[in-house]
Amino acid sequence: MDRWRRPGLARGVLGGVAGFAVGALPIVAAAQLGADIKPGHGLALGYIGAQVGWLLGLGALRFWTAWALGRAADPVDQAAAHGRAGDWTRYFRFTTDHKVIGLQYLITSFVLFLTAGLLAMVLRLELAQPGRLMDGDTYNTVMSTHGIVMIVVALIAIVGGLGNYFVPLMIGARDMAFPKVNALSYWLLPPALLLIVANPLLGGFDTGWTAYPPLSQQANLGQQAFILTFITLGVSSIISAVNFLVTVARMRAPGMSLTRMPIFVWALTVTTSIVLVATSVVAAGMTMLLFDRLLGTAFFRPSAGGDPILFQHLFWFYSHPAVYVMAVPAFGAVLEVVPVFARKPLFAYRLAVLSFIGIGVLSFMVWAHHMFVSGMADYFHIPIMITTELISVPTGIVFLSALGTIWLGRIRFATPMLWVFGFLWNFVIGGITGVFLADVPTDLALSDTYFVVAHFHYTIVGGMVYGLFAGTYYWFPKITGRLMDERLGRAHFWWFTLAFNATFLPMFWLGLQGMRRRVADYPADLADVNLWTSVASSTIALSTLVFLVNAIRSWARGPKASANPWRAHTLEWQVASPPPVENFEHLPTVTAGPYEYGVSASGPVIRPGGATGH
Amino acid sequence: MATLGHAVDTAAERRMLLLGVRLFILSEVMLFGAFFTAYFVLRAQAPAWPPLPDLERPELPLVGFNTLLLLSSSVTMQWAVTRIGRGDAAGFKRGLLATLMLGTVFLAIQGYEFASNGFGISDGVFGSTFYTLTSFHGAHVLGGLLLMGVLANRARLGLVTREHHTAVEGVSYYWHFVDVVWVVLFLTVYVL
Repeated sequence: MDRWRRPGLARGVLGGVAGFAVGALPIVAAAQLGADIKPGHGLALGYIGAQVGWLLGLGALRFWTAWALGRAADPVDQAAAHGRAGDWTRYFRFTTDHKVIGLQYLITSFVLFLTAGLLAMVLRLELAQPGRLMDGDTYNTVMSTHGIVMIVVALIAIVGGLGNYFVPLMIGARDMAFPKVNALSYWLLPPALLLIVANPLLGGFDTGWTAYPPLSQQANLGQQAFILTFITLGVSSIISAVNFLVTVARMRAPGMSLTRMPIFVWALTVTTSIVLVATSVVAAGMTMLLFDRLLGTAFFRPSAGGDPILFQHLFWFYSHPAVYVMAVPAFGAVLEVVPVFARKPLFAYRLAVLSFIGIGVLSFMVWAHHMFVSGMADYFHIPIMITTELISVPTGIVFLSALGTIWLGRIRFATPMLWVFGFLWNFVIGGITGVFLADVPTDLALSDTYFVVAHFHYTIVGGMVYGLFAGTYYWFPKITGRLMDERLGRAHFWWFTLAFNATFLPMFWLGLQGMRRRVADYPADLADVNLWTSVASSTIALSTLVFLVNAIRSWARGPKASANPWRAHTLEWQVASPPPVENFEHLPTVTAGPYEYGVSASGPVIRPGGATGH
Repeated sequence: MATLGHAVDTAAERRMLLLGVRLFILSEVMLFGAFFTAYFVLRAQAPAWPPLPDLERPELPLVGFNTLLLLSSSVTMQWAVTRIGRGDAAGFKRGLLATLMLGTVFLAIQGYEFASNGFGISDGVFGSTFYTLTSFHGAHVLGGLLLMGVLANRARLGLVTREHHTAVEGVSYYWHFVDVVWVVLFLTVYVL
């Protein structure tokens, strides 16, 4: 029974259960004594207790508690927290190696992606025919859970997964600036994710991922599970953003000037800046919502002077920039892949960086385009429409950067590059249909129809998920030390792309016919197209199995990958595959930009410089 | 790597930690910004402030005195930072304890004020915004006091030195921030 004595998963679960009891019991006792108590009070305090107990049991806080008590940190313990190569247990405990944390994020994201994908299948089952299979509350809960879980995937998969794994490697650092904070940002998530996935047990929730009051004030306990999960994710993203920004600002290898930074690192720098500034605003909004439910405050309660539209402003002030937290890392991954497979320098590198920054700044000025039909002040419509259309300028430049790199390149049609082409195709459709939603007159007609559903699936699945797959196929050999099967990779790409387009293109038409989103039923004359869509969507799910089989088989017994199978110039490819625990034996010195393909005959332009190692 | 357990803070680690603290404070600015936004929006939409005539706003003299306490605690904190920067551990401890005491008295007076107010958190938007803003600020004061308690404990063990006091600087940034938030809060929620 050694496992109970050491910090780890088992003790964490035990601590979580104990913490929940410690938090919730006083509330239960008070309720027994006749105080005016709701189950929500018990859930809120129990959840806080569970988080603390979980982190303590896991050993996530032991370095800080030791520091606070003035005890020297145990060097053996610290080394164990960093982990040794080949020790698989470090993936299942509090480990500070950024590569372990990156994989933890990636695998977690993929499990969530499959879970939420299955929920989408349930939705399409209901929508395959007019009429009803399940009751409204069930449908709403499935729809809301599908939404929020996919949002989580889109937010954490590239940033937390590929970002954690590759940013330190790409800038020539041995780890992130604050490795323990990094691990903490991951381990805050499991209790929150468990809570949101378990929300049907608490009665589910009907508001979708937007949680607008007054419905969210009245809805049952499942809604509160949603709020607590949302706030926890916010805390995790904020500390993770601080960590990324300090790492990029202070830990670049000698010679890695800002203009020599790989474009993926630039994308994540802009992304985490957005996260840092925007996230606490929605955390505050969700806190007010929680207080309205539990403490009798009146923030969003019109009967007592409150304002439900205020919530929408606070919500979208974060949640629109969050769209760019999903999209910009995908842009970064795509632009990272393009020069390697076109064998040309990245076209308009500086302009692409400026465009990322421009997107980051503008993303804070467009939030109210989600609210044209909300009844907000009229004078706000036109300015928001203009800023929203402006943001297509920097986005277009990013696009041109990809196209300009491909133009006259010597293109290798390997799997990562196929996903780039898929990305370009889908994102054009997603971007152009977005114009109709940015324009007030057309949005008034299209708002809350399947046109919106089709549009954001083209941007988030067609954009973010394609960027994720491009990056995953590209970096898989580096992460695992094995090559992926190209044939299965191509099969996955074509199958996924055809199935995805077959599913979501018709939804534009359904939206134009007036089919309402978030509703379980529709007029009978839309039956044929809906049946088609449902069948097509199930083939998306099947295509994901191809990826799963490919990833597992290649990881187990694919051909061994060399250090640099794609002959790329960035730093992560200059170390072994998979990288050693300390990344670089000697910190490298960077003497040229990352994309100088075909410019000089010098080959890889980054040479190890032993002098700077310590 | 920034591990706080080292005996000496290297210049690089110090810069990393302090940059991290500054960035974290930026996210805190946005947190309070959101609560202030809610306050101003709801107040602007109210017919009068407080909207219900039988609610009375808190008396100013006591809160004014409390504001002076918190402002002086920023001065004592900065004094403590200066002392330890010159290697004067005893002076540092005096400055830190003075800050701790001022902060504690501030919280006590705040608690007394909460108890003597004639309105509660569920008294419409007035009570909601007042108590949410002030108690979020109070929670930040409490957090600062806990951090200072940790620093005091480490100082007692002789672990805070001229070469190793980056954490003190980090806590001082945070404390000044909490102080600035209070000044804004005092001017808008109490005076305006």
